[in-house]
Amino acid sequence: MQSALTISGLEKTYKGGFQALKGIDLTVNQGDFFALLGPNGAGKSTTIGIITSLVNKTAGKVAVFGHDIDQELEAAKSFIGLVPQEFNFNQFEPLMKILVNQAGYYGVERSIAVERAEKYLKQLDLWDKRNDAARMLSGGMKRRLMIARALMHEPKMLILDEPTAGVDIELRRSMWEFLRELNQQGITIILTTHYLEEAEMLCRNIAIIDSGIIVENTDMKSLLAKLDVETFVFDLKPNSKPAQLTGFCFRVVDDHTLEVDVKKCQTINQVFTELTQQSIEVLSMRNKSNRLEELFVSLVGSGQELATSAIEE
Amino acid sequence: MIAARNIIALKSILHKEIHRFMRIWVQTLVPPAITISLYFVIFGSLIGARIGEMGGFDYMSFIVPGLIMMSVITNSYSNVASSFFSAKWQRNVEEMLVAPVPNWVIVAGYVGGGMARGMLVGSIVTFVAMFFVDIQIHNIWVIIATVALTSATFALGGLINAIFAGSFDDISIIPTFILTPLTYLGGVFYSISLLPEFWQGVSQINPIVYMVNAFRYGFLGITDVSLVLSFSVLGVFIVSLYTIAMVLITKGIGLRS
Repeated sequence: MQSALTISGLEKTYKGGFQALKGIDLTVNQGDFFALLGPNGAGKSTTIGIITSLVNKTAGKVAVFGHDIDQELEAAKSFIGLVPQEFNFNQFEPLMKILVNQAGYYGVERSIAVERAEKYLKQLDLWDKRNDAARMLSGGMKRRLMIARALMHEPKMLILDEPTAGVDIELRRSMWEFLRELNQQGITIILTTHYLEEAEMLCRNIAIIDSGIIVENTDMKSLLAKLDVETFVFDLKPNSKPAQLTGFCFRVVDDHTLEVDVKKCQTINQVFTELTQQSIEVLSMRNKSNRLEELFVSLVGSGQELATSAIEE
Repeated sequence: MIAARNIIALKSILHKEIHRFMRIWVQTLVPPAITISLYFVIFGSLIGARIGEMGGFDYMSFIVPGLIMMSVITNSYSNVASSFFSAKWQRNVEEMLVAPVPNWVIVAGYVGGGMARGMLVGSIVTFVAMFFVDIQIHNIWVIIATVALTSATFALGGLINAIFAGSFDDISIIPTFILTPLTYLGGVFYSISLLPEFWQGVSQINPIVYMVNAFRYGFLGITDVSLVLSFSVLGVFIVSLYTIAMVLITKGIGLRS
């Protein structure tokens, strides 16, 4: 199967000498829901900028559905829909005009563009605002407008750069559902986000970029399987006696909270067994942090070390 | 297929540009009409009556083509300069940059928008002038060709200005310090044959002299410079400025990191 996106040896050095990308290789398959994660300044937006031709690369190759951006830039661009991190529409234009004009840039006839604009504005719950200037929208509405705009030419690949930043949880969930539906229709989706729960829930494959290098590129299941230890928080009945667990690393936070590190080779049943033996009742239990978040923190640390050693060499 | 896509993209940019200046018509279309009315009242009726004839015509008739041309120049320039810079500043220029729109379509779309405003304002000013003077037309094709080529030239200039501009101040520097002096010294209010020989020579390097004179020829049939030379100067400017604009956009100067 042809790849939706192939990146090889991609480098970017900005004026002033800052090297944002240090030769990254990446492949995203057609139909994938792909997460590109990394801390601020890691190189995510630079990578997206190069793919969408907003940033000039220093070296390397990028191909979108087999079309090299150096040789067939316009063909490559026609496959991509971009939802950027910053609001970048004309704040004074009405929503309908923004969408219809955007479709026009991709050669979509005005009559078809009007129909599509209606479809997406209704799907994204913006139809009532169609004649309002974009500046009148709330933050969440602006995010949805950018998604509608990116879909106007019916792209085969949708790139979303932190699409749910600053969006309330209810709206975020409805956007997740919308993105899942798009992916089920066959659209390849590349997502960058700081909400690691979002990436874990939505994405099948993942790359983690740090200091301009890819420190991990695998499928989500394999990545999560690498997690050696998970920390669970047990909410105990108030005024419980201090718990004692053998074979576990644990912390008694207060008289009704216990944190336990559970290794891959251990089971939570063992924890419950020991607590039951001590007549300690558990009211509820949760992960201390998102599993992906724990891996992310450890990988990002290693990325910085790798980048530092590369510079020293 | 690609040609059809480019035509739709060009129409979209033109539609957006024309809609922009029509939406803010109080800022874009009314001021030139008021300014030109004041010129007619002051330089035409009040002072012009004392000046007498120039080039065989009464002073009011003599300055009409120059005043129309002045409004065409300033409006075609400022339309593209402010619209393109605003698109850069709000970053909605990225809507076009990420789309498969060839650079020549972007240039043509913005220049077309600037020409549309320049020519619309020119028509409004001509209409206003009809209240003050009997407009006569010597050669309509010279008028149309001059106004089209002049508005294209200054729309291209406005685009290049906007590409380099880093702030709103930067798009007012060239109109204030270069365009306005060149226009006022470009034979709008006088025939350059009235100048001493040295200053006549200096005027030959002012491109606006050729535009104003070609335009005046279209209305009155008189000109200080050859018509062929005027159109040649316009042609050279258009080709040069278009080439510069294309190189800048292709390199992504001020647009891509």
